[in-house]
Amino acid sequence: MENFEASIVLAGVGGQGTLIAGKLLGILSLKLGLDVKVSEVHGMSQRGGSVITYVKIGKEVHSPIVEPGTADFVLSFEEVEAVRWASLLKKDGVMIVNSQKIKSLPVLLGAVQYPSDIKASLDNGAIGDTKIIEIDALGAALDCGTSKATNIVMLGALSKYFGIDDKVWQESIEEAFAAKPKTIPLNLEAFAKGKSLA
Amino acid sequence: MKTIMLGNEAVARGAYEAGVKLVSSYPGTPSTEITEEIAKFKEVSCEWAPNEKVGAEVAIGASIRGARAMTCMKHVGLNVSADPLFTAAYTGVNGGLVFCVADDPGMHSSQNEQDTRNHARSAKVPVLEPSDSAECKEFIKYAFDFSEKYDTPVILRLHTRVSHSRSIVEIEDPKPITLKDYAKDPAKYVMMPANAIKRHVVVEERTKTIAADSNDVNVGKHKVEMRDTKLGIITSGASYQYVRDGVPDASVLKLGLVWPLPMDLIRDFASKVDRLVVVEELDPFIENEIKAAGIKCEGKELFTMLGEYTAIMVRKALSDLPLPEAGIDTSSLPTPPGRPPVLCAGCPHKGLFLALNRLKVQVMGDIGCYTLGALPPMQAVDAVVCMGASVGMAHGFDKATDGADSRKTVGVIGDSTFLHSGITNLMNAVYNQSSITLIILDNSITGMTGHQQNPSTGKNIRLEDAPAVDLEGLCKSLGVASVRVVDPVDTFGAEKVIKEELEKNVVSVVIARRPCALIPTGRAKKGVEVSCDYDKCRSCGACGRIMCPALIMGEDKKPMIDAESCNNCGLCVNVCKFDALIKGEE
Repeated sequence: MENFEASIVLAGVGGQGTLIAGKLLGILSLKLGLDVKVSEVHGMSQRGGSVITYVKIGKEVHSPIVEPGTADFVLSFEEVEAVRWASLLKKDGVMIVNSQKIKSLPVLLGAVQYPSDIKASLDNGAIGDTKIIEIDALGAALDCGTSKATNIVMLGALSKYFGIDDKVWQESIEEAFAAKPKTIPLNLEAFAKGKSLA
Repeated sequence: MKTIMLGNEAVARGAYEAGVKLVSSYPGTPSTEITEEIAKFKEVSCEWAPNEKVGAEVAIGASIRGARAMTCMKHVGLNVSADPLFTAAYTGVNGGLVFCVADDPGMHSSQNEQDTRNHARSAKVPVLEPSDSAECKEFIKYAFDFSEKYDTPVILRLHTRVSHSRSIVEIEDPKPITLKDYAKDPAKYVMMPANAIKRHVVVEERTKTIAADSNDVNVGKHKVEMRDTKLGIITSGASYQYVRDGVPDASVLKLGLVWPLPMDLIRDFASKVDRLVVVEELDPFIENEIKAAGIKCEGKELFTMLGEYTAIMVRKALSDLPLPEAGIDTSSLPTPPGRPPVLCAGCPHKGLFLALNRLKVQVMGDIGCYTLGALPPMQAVDAVVCMGASVGMAHGFDKATDGADSRKTVGVIGDSTFLHSGITNLMNAVYNQSSITLIILDNSITGMTGHQQNPSTGKNIRLEDAPAVDLEGLCKSLGVASVRVVDPVDTFGAEKVIKEELEKNVVSVVIARRPCALIPTGRAKKGVEVSCDYDKCRSCGACGRIMCPALIMGEDKKPMIDAESCNNCGLCVNVCKFDALIKGEE
């Protein structure tokens, strides 16, 4: 485990739970005895804007920023955000896209169209062994009882490619939600659902 | 115990472990969480001050009395507290005194990109610069010791990427809070010319002493990392991380104390490498100092003064190492629609800005969520400069046109920003017989920085009850002839009142009062939302033009209400001419 390294991008829209997902990956890294940096965006851009969290895990992590062509994993919590941050994925990396569409105001006003066939465009653009996986994370979360679990469904999907034992993930979920113990079973279920969908 | 902390949390933890007794700050991204985290330690006297100057002065008082004290702010906040800082540099301290100042390269949430080190050099105050959360905790603890050892205020300079990144921190036990003895010492603390002349001598000597002592890596918290000597890099803070990833084989002198600089250490490092490059975001601060000392180096001819750096940027500038390969050819992807930040569903500012848009007035804006009133669809704001400036700028428009523009110009300022630095401006406008109309957007909170209390909200930082400023009474006491209160959701009613006030030849204040939609008092009851009678809807699009995130326009231009985000404020109901939208019963 000591040579494990990963750069992860969590992209979404303010309020989708990317910050909590980032924190959970931080807890996971600590359990693995690895160094980690999680970089967040606060302030003005949070007001319904496009938000991004970077997570870097490894023996020794320096820069907290994931740069274009360096992300092992891009988790896009919203479909069009996958397009916005696609350049961050590295060759042979894995992109997991939640099929949920959140229309931004320019779209709602009819000023611009929300692009169609995003999955197909991403597949078309994929280089080498780059994988694009689309799942209905929101649907799976709602099946577990709340849209708030979308982030954990996404992490479940990530876990399929991450190469870390489920047990460590489960312990991390338990720790992340220790303050709200009632939500732990639900989140564990969301995690398992995400893994089965990916 | 090891844990993961935000840089700002680590600063708070470190200050607590160092035995800080008092923290007084004004919120500002990316510094806000430091003070919020300290408030969790009940034994620390922790306050929101109305502005950074007050915060600094409270901290100075506590320090002179013998307590360890701290004030935290964003970079532009240091402009506001520059006055106390520059002279606290002369008085020195009793208990350790630290200014935590967070710069924002890349302007994630700021109006400019100024470099705090320039202020520090002018003020003759030493600066420590951490590069991750562990160093945040280590350096703040050290800053208090350093402050007491050298009898000087210290600046802990943070960056957005340090303040808002989480990394591993080792929790240690706190030092008990102690109070040093206070002895009256006017020669040190009363800065009148006769005393200040002598203190200035002390300041200049102190700077020389610190510069000399800092050649010891333990004193300056520097790190000398000798690797390949073909390339040597001098760097600090967040830039160090980009250097390590960008050119991992280069030798590095990582500076902890970035002012005053350890010139002997730098000269020694320079002599050991073939090529010396300074990598620093924003201004060529270290570079110019090094060049002035006669040491040859490169810097801004290779790197920009704009925005944030990255590891790849460093790699491209300084090496032939391979660059990353993209996983997706983005040239074939559709252009993603923009997703700009927006005023929230139920935001009270929206109705007010729609009124200003209809009035076609010139709007002198201010700093807060309501700066977004400059964006579509309101596009109502003409100018925004700094905290509190709206009032003075509106007065300037008035005087520049001998009163002509006051009929078509308003100042717009939030409650917290008005208390921060709008009051003196308003006093000035009254005193100098202006006829401006000032609109105070009173949403009962400091919104943009994440909902901090202020002197008008009736709560303190720990959410305990506190006296609340009476804004109407305050304005009247300054001599404002006409003070009126409107509900901004009643956008047409607000428009009428503003129009009447614009006509008056006196200073008027219109308080647009409604709590922020994101705080408990501003939130609608759960399950209550606006509904639409589609038989009455004529698809006129009027409700769509208010750009509420809770109104989704269908293909037929009829609105669908997103129950989850609707706050039942009723702004859409008020703009609907056909009574098609109906407010939910609360």
